[in-house]
Amino acid sequence: MAQRSPGLRTAQIVFGALVMFFLIAPIVAILPLAFNSSVFLNYPIESFSSRWFVELQTSETWRRSIVNSLIIGSGATVLSTVIGTLAALGLRNARLPFPDVLRVVFLLPMVVPAVVLGVGMQILYARLGLASSYLGVIIAHAVLCVPFVVVSVSGSLGGIDASVERAASSLGANPANVFRRVTLPLAMPGVVSGAVFAFATSLDEVVITLFVAGPNQRTLARQMFASIRENVSPAVAAAAFLLIIGTLCLAALAGLLRWRQQRLAKAVPAEAEALPVA
Amino acid sequence: MGPSARSRLSAMLLVAPLFAFLAIFFIWPLVTMMAVAVTDGTVRVVLPQTATAIASWDGQAVPSKAVQDALVADLRTPSEQLAFGDAVRRLNSEVSGFRTLLGRTVTAVRQAPAGQQVDLVALDPRWGENNFWLALQRSMPRYTDRNLLAAIDLKRDTAGAVVADVSANRTIMLRTFTISLMVTLLCAAIGLPYAMIAAASTGWVRNLLLLAVLLPLWTSLLVRTAAWVILLQNEGLINGFLTTIGIVDKPIQLIFNRTGVVIAMTHVLLPFMVLPIYSVLLGVPRNLMPAASSLGATQWRAFRHVLLPLTLPGLMSGSLLVFMVALGYYITPALIGGAEDQMISSVIAFFATGTANWGMAGALGLILLTVTIALYLVYGRLSRSPQMVGA
Repeated sequence: MAQRSPGLRTAQIVFGALVMFFLIAPIVAILPLAFNSSVFLNYPIESFSSRWFVELQTSETWRRSIVNSLIIGSGATVLSTVIGTLAALGLRNARLPFPDVLRVVFLLPMVVPAVVLGVGMQILYARLGLASSYLGVIIAHAVLCVPFVVVSVSGSLGGIDASVERAASSLGANPANVFRRVTLPLAMPGVVSGAVFAFATSLDEVVITLFVAGPNQRTLARQMFASIRENVSPAVAAAAFLLIIGTLCLAALAGLLRWRQQRLAKAVPAEAEALPVA
Repeated sequence: MGPSARSRLSAMLLVAPLFAFLAIFFIWPLVTMMAVAVTDGTVRVVLPQTATAIASWDGQAVPSKAVQDALVADLRTPSEQLAFGDAVRRLNSEVSGFRTLLGRTVTAVRQAPAGQQVDLVALDPRWGENNFWLALQRSMPRYTDRNLLAAIDLKRDTAGAVVADVSANRTIMLRTFTISLMVTLLCAAIGLPYAMIAAASTGWVRNLLLLAVLLPLWTSLLVRTAAWVILLQNEGLINGFLTTIGIVDKPIQLIFNRTGVVIAMTHVLLPFMVLPIYSVLLGVPRNLMPAASSLGATQWRAFRHVLLPLTLPGLMSGSLLVFMVALGYYITPALIGGAEDQMISSVIAFFATGTANWGMAGALGLILLTVTIALYLVYGRLSRSPQMVGA
């Protein structure tokens, strides 16, 4: 598209910049407020202070919710990564019956509206005695995390050249050894980035938590939801700041792993891989 | 067992844990919710003998002595206070006055010595009227379409015919649909040109444009919603900016109304529109547009007849995705919308956590679930089908 008129080109630049501003500016705008000494979650910034970060540590509700998020996030990540990785390994096998149906079922938790699943889980949990328990919340979060693990691990398994595994077998490795020494190390970046996605999903989950968690399992996201709804304390901005920094670190980790994987499997076209939603 | 059978078995064993996990903690809850929507045990539980006896009643004359005795026997049996209260409420919603009638009857029946016959009609002449017995019979079946009908503002009258009911559910569904459609159209209007610009650019510009889409996707939804609360509030940055440059003299209401909900939801869902369009555009050969120009097409014609049709599959899947996700939105309308902007998810949450009306929550959930799954199937079909170049 080299021969476009300069007017059109200017319009494109302006439009692109405006949309970028629309996408990024709101997220950037909330960051400085975390350091505002004012009791209102608003500009202008009176003076810089770390009082709201102190508040996160000292206030029992906020401190507890951060600890809960870490407990529940870790539990959900371990659970979903283990069973999601096993399933992705199974899906890779061409002899698995009904692979398409299974794939659709495994991705469905991403699609079903959270409120609908929340209502169902609340009713079922009351019957199973899982209501207001850590285990119940961990399981509920793991259901939502599993699709991300399956997609991520399947992606990295798909990038493995089958001839590498055949070569290992022909050199005398038994199937268990091929898996442990060849397949698993090659799939590892996908497993880790799946786990990162899972943790981020659990950290951000509110709706299902509203339905299945009791006051003792109140997570950081749930606490932020309540705080925005009820008193809009600037502690929300401090929590948001921590979440943004946290997710940026996790995103950087996932990006690093993807880059490493692309370097390992050069055969895969890089551009198609860069998109999470294909 | 041959090697192929063994390999098949090991594949199934690997998939089994996740399959079982989702069957128990994903499928079962959804099935439970649907079952709750169509079952009604409130009256049955409290009056089990009456339920059996009245099932065969023809509804013509006042029920036989056997049915009346069954009711007396049921009322004599002490039942759980809470369950009994639910049943009375349920019956009273069928025919008003049932509460006082049952209250009086229960007192009389329990005061009568055990084994003594109780004449219900003598006790209260209302037992001689058919409509109370009809209401009782109507409330007995284990399966009911009551909640599903109520979800779309319908009910059954005393004769069992479906008639209109006064309720806001249809308004809320229409509102959910309207908001989702507005958000989808806005996302398409912004996302389509943006994806085209991103696909047409190269190097760091393209990376920057893509990063701007991926960064919000990575940021917590709550953080993004909190950010919009800060920006949109009356003393917020947007109103501050508008008053400073003098476009408005007093702050305009941007939050707790439709404008705020649509702006924030468009921001949250825009990446879901841009990415599918972008990935389709990547597959379009870069020399198509120059080819069209070299054949004499003006820039507009080349765009209209070459690039735009090729973008359509991406635009379709992006729109379906945005619309589907928007339908079930809860957090953003709950925090940024006013009472008039609450979508179907809020109503479901209200029935479930506010009033513990599981039947209604289930029925509305069933409707939302069905629509979402249907859209997902269409989406799956669209994104799987081969893109027809030049069709």
